[in-house]
Amino acid sequence: MTALVYVPVDAGALSLGAGEVALAMAAEAARRRAAVKVLRNGSRGAYWLEPLVEVLTPLGRLAYGPVTAADVAGLFDADFLNGGSHALSLGPTGEIAWLKGQQRLTFERVGIIEPTSVADYVTHGGYQGLTRALSMEPAAIVQAITTSGLRGRGGAAFPTGIKWKTVLDQPAGQQKYVTCNADEGDSGTFSDRMLMEGDPLTLIEGMTIAGIAVGATQGYIYLRAEYPHALRALRTAIAAAHQARYLGSDVAGSGKRFDLEVRLGAGAYICGEETSMLESLEGRRGEVRVRPPLPAIKGLFGQPTIVNNVVTLASVPWILQHGADAYANFGMGKSRGTLPIQLAGNIRRGGLVERAFGLTLRELLYDYGGGSATGRPIRAVQVGGPLGAYIPASQFDTAVDYEALTGIGALLGHGGIVVFDDSVDMARMARYAMEFCAIESCGKCTPCRIGSTRGVEVIDRILEGVDGERNVRLLEELCETMVQGSLCGLGGMAPFPVQSALKYFREDFRGPVK
Amino acid sequence: METLPPAESAVVQRIASDLKGRPGPLLEVLHAIQAALGYVPAGAVPVVAEVLNLSRAEVHGVVTFYHYFRRSRPGAHTVSVCQAEACQSMGAEALTAHARRRLGIDFHQTSADGRFSLEPIYCLGNCACSPAVMIDGRLYGRVTPERFDALVADRAPSP
Repeated sequence: MTALVYVPVDAGALSLGAGEVALAMAAEAARRRAAVKVLRNGSRGAYWLEPLVEVLTPLGRLAYGPVTAADVAGLFDADFLNGGSHALSLGPTGEIAWLKGQQRLTFERVGIIEPTSVADYVTHGGYQGLTRALSMEPAAIVQAITTSGLRGRGGAAFPTGIKWKTVLDQPAGQQKYVTCNADEGDSGTFSDRMLMEGDPLTLIEGMTIAGIAVGATQGYIYLRAEYPHALRALRTAIAAAHQARYLGSDVAGSGKRFDLEVRLGAGAYICGEETSMLESLEGRRGEVRVRPPLPAIKGLFGQPTIVNNVVTLASVPWILQHGADAYANFGMGKSRGTLPIQLAGNIRRGGLVERAFGLTLRELLYDYGGGSATGRPIRAVQVGGPLGAYIPASQFDTAVDYEALTGIGALLGHGGIVVFDDSVDMARMARYAMEFCAIESCGKCTPCRIGSTRGVEVIDRILEGVDGERNVRLLEELCETMVQGSLCGLGGMAPFPVQSALKYFREDFRGPVK
Repeated sequence: METLPPAESAVVQRIASDLKGRPGPLLEVLHAIQAALGYVPAGAVPVVAEVLNLSRAEVHGVVTFYHYFRRSRPGAHTVSVCQAEACQSMGAEALTAHARRRLGIDFHQTSADGRFSLEPIYCLGNCACSPAVMIDGRLYGRVTPERFDALVADRAPSP
């Protein structure tokens, strides 16, 4: 009998040697004349165990990790193909405590299936949401999304159903679009990438459902250029979905059309802002547009357009398959459903934790994360990317949901948590926030374009010990100007990390002792 | 303005003509040119403008807006070191200093022998395996100075 071995093809796992492990597996199997088929799955998201190798046994999938190519011969010696014990044995994958406690809805298939196989996708429940949607009136599909409480997972947290309804309500007979914002530029976030590489058909199905719901026949995925692995997975999956007639002129035999195309960004953080993304999709400089009009009314090429993040759209099939109420039963307050949280930076057990809203930062950082990777005390975390506030240890009991984080002056954003130990210099991190804004500003409005550069200069003077008190006050005023006066979230939020660093870590802004 | 050698001009002309019918084609065209030539030469701008019926200023404006588009010929290998927060929390600053010393160049420069170009990059989405480096589209995580040297040595010509 042929043994099935899974070695992830996820970029993060590859970055730790999964490609070499897969080659070594095949070579060692050939050398021993063992019947082995090496399958490539996505990542389970436990990056501290990657490359995580699994073997299918009568007891289910058993895990070994982290495996290097040098470990492969030893695994064969230990008869891992039959679940043999080895120093890297982790037992049944589903029983690994870090994974077992999670509530994987959107990520239910990531790491389980072969990412671009329509057959495997369907075997694991794929396309049931679309089948359900095709039996419903468009307005009922939109209503289901509204009832589910799903909010934009890209960071803005706008209710998805309301956005869809606006597009649905635009007169029929005109071209409408579904666009997916896959410009996941926030440091500390990788959930979009994991999903696109590990289960791209879920995103494709979600976009197809969106198209059916609002009467759009064309979709675009705007993918950042830094994600070449996701690009390959998406293009392969789109071709496979076409081949299986889940895309094209007759979606699943419904007579309805939906086509999908990936467009590559070109290394501009601002293009994660929705109007800037639309400009870029149209082939122009990614400068933000003034709203109104909303993209839902005048979006891509001036037509009604849905703009949603990857995880938002990828949550749609589950909601349609299992029902809006089932989804809304997860979560707390106005934050319904689950959130794929990403533990990143200086953390011992980093990776993706999908759980219902409501866990505290402390539970995530210590129960899941196991503290810092360096073993030193955690001094600060930045939640929500480069525009998110720095949160001190005294606030780690805050729950991870939209309202609770807003309540302490922070933001959830795309759900990334970057961890820093006590060696971090918060004045330097504040300087970086301004520097990043200066590099990435689209230049359209003055507070962002000029303010960010002045911000770097003022912080430099503080760090040099020049007129410290006065320059700190100047920096605070500058932050206020940028927050109030910028056209979009880049200039308007870049001061958040600076202000929070000043508020909680003032001692770092003293400059050299004279 | 620099004019392109005829062979490259023909490549640019063909790419732009092939893609001009697509909606909003300019970024697609620039990506295809960079994939074919390794960069977007200044001499490509008027050719693209002509075919797509845009002004040279519009094309130049787009080329220069996006960090990904290169305007000079890169080295044989492009090494991008992530500078974003997650990688900083795991020593990206020290790794960057090491990379500069090892390659003998600063960001946006190409080594004298034409082997390596060094670039900053702002997040590779590998934030649970920091610090991260990308070389010619291949991703590497938890990169120590020793591992960096090994990755670079693999791509240097044998002595």
